[in-house]
Amino acid sequence: MYRQKLYDFFSELGKIAVFTGAAVRSFFRMPFESKEFVRQLFQVGYRSLGLISITAFIIGLVLTMQTRPIMQEFGAESWVPSMVFISVLIEIGPVLTALLFAGKVGSRIGAELSSMRVTEQIDAMEVSGIYPMKYLVATRVLATTLMLPLLVFYADFLALLGSYLGYTMHNSIGLWLYILESFEEIRFADLFPATIKTFVFGFFIGILSCYTGYNTNKGAEGVGTATNTAVIMSSLSIFIIDLITVQITSVLF
Amino acid sequence: MNNNEKVIDIIGLNKSFTEGRVLTNINLHLVKNENLVILGRSGTGKSVLIKCIVGLEKIDSGSILIFGNDVARMDESELNDVRKKIGFLFQGGALYDSMTIEENLYFPLDRNTPDMSKSEKQAIAEEALENVGLLDARKKMPGELSGGMKKRAGLARTLVLKPEIILYDEPTTGLDPFTSQGISELIMSVKERYKTSAIVVTHDMKSAKNVADRMIIMEKGEILATGTYNELKKYENEVIRGFFN
Repeated sequence: MYRQKLYDFFSELGKIAVFTGAAVRSFFRMPFESKEFVRQLFQVGYRSLGLISITAFIIGLVLTMQTRPIMQEFGAESWVPSMVFISVLIEIGPVLTALLFAGKVGSRIGAELSSMRVTEQIDAMEVSGIYPMKYLVATRVLATTLMLPLLVFYADFLALLGSYLGYTMHNSIGLWLYILESFEEIRFADLFPATIKTFVFGFFIGILSCYTGYNTNKGAEGVGTATNTAVIMSSLSIFIIDLITVQITSVLF
Repeated sequence: MNNNEKVIDIIGLNKSFTEGRVLTNINLHLVKNENLVILGRSGTGKSVLIKCIVGLEKIDSGSILIFGNDVARMDESELNDVRKKIGFLFQGGALYDSMTIEENLYFPLDRNTPDMSKSEKQAIAEEALENVGLLDARKKMPGELSGGMKKRAGLARTLVLKPEIILYDEPTTGLDPFTSQGISELIMSVKERYKTSAIVVTHDMKSAKNVADRMIIMEKGEILATGTYNELKKYENEVIRGFFN
């Protein structure tokens, strides 16, 4: 039984690798589906703004409210802006935004493609001589890969504003000075890996969501399963990539 | 190509899924300007058969010759070239639900005929929509159409590429008798106007009688009998009789 499960696991991993290869090759198939790509940028980016704005602002606020009393005890209250911002920039911002993104965008892609699969829309593209990997998968994966880093920058900025609000509940400081203090301890070596990993998060959220949706074959039940699996696989991949990135970063920087 | 030349020739086709054998030693052909109806109960492998023809399902053994070229041995680009000559009407129409009906027609046109001018494309799309009686519904979304209208729109999308062969997957399933009759008449009118050859997969004998030049009856993945409506009517086999009673 365990051997079978192990076999199934590696078999699925192999299929994902083949799918990823086909998706990457389709990035370079001309002509590029630019209209669909722009539509996907709007869908995955603009439509996620509301959720990410609220969450990032609250995280910045709460993190500061909880950190400040502890730091005050040690007489290190002035370190709060930079400490909170480093936490947000390096870990909380990218991971939390990616998780929200996986929930909102991953589920949408999984549901959309699986629904297209069960209603034979993907088959209809294939029989018309259209390459669905290029139209459906390449555009979505590129959109998630490029849009997630931008959303993370945006989320970091809003968390900084939330943090400022939390800090000024007990202290008096101007916004510009607070921003300067937040950035005081930030080095390029902190920013670079944190940014690179958001591209990787975005790529895998796109690939795994497309993979689960594209390969559905069990009717309406399959749509539900694909949507669910897209979110679970994407979320899990974020933690695994994060773990690997930390190891690589600690060696390189 | 003369009128008796085979446009599709299937020889010794076998196909199985993990659950078991679906198609066993299928031999059939389709000649130019012929409507061939494949009749069979649900689950007899009719839809799998026409999906094998367009390469949506890979076959285990045998060959599928389309205009003399074996689909099973083609690479992706060769297969795509052959697919442009074949129209496929899916059971539910398979319209792209994020596009209007008109956009559904432009979608394959834009990608397969990039050099064609916008006005030419518009003329082709309008002609196809007019031929299926849906010109007034061109700005509608697929969700706003009835089942019969979706199938007609799906057929219009197929027609814009001027296919030489059309494969109809259960074109009258789920429709009321009046709409079914309309779809059967449409299949005949497409044959006349576009000079197409067609394979129609169905379990609706009334529709089959209306559109068929020749019929094949399938049972449990095998061909049970071939002939015209009147020839098949004379069979004593219980399954075949079941379609006539």
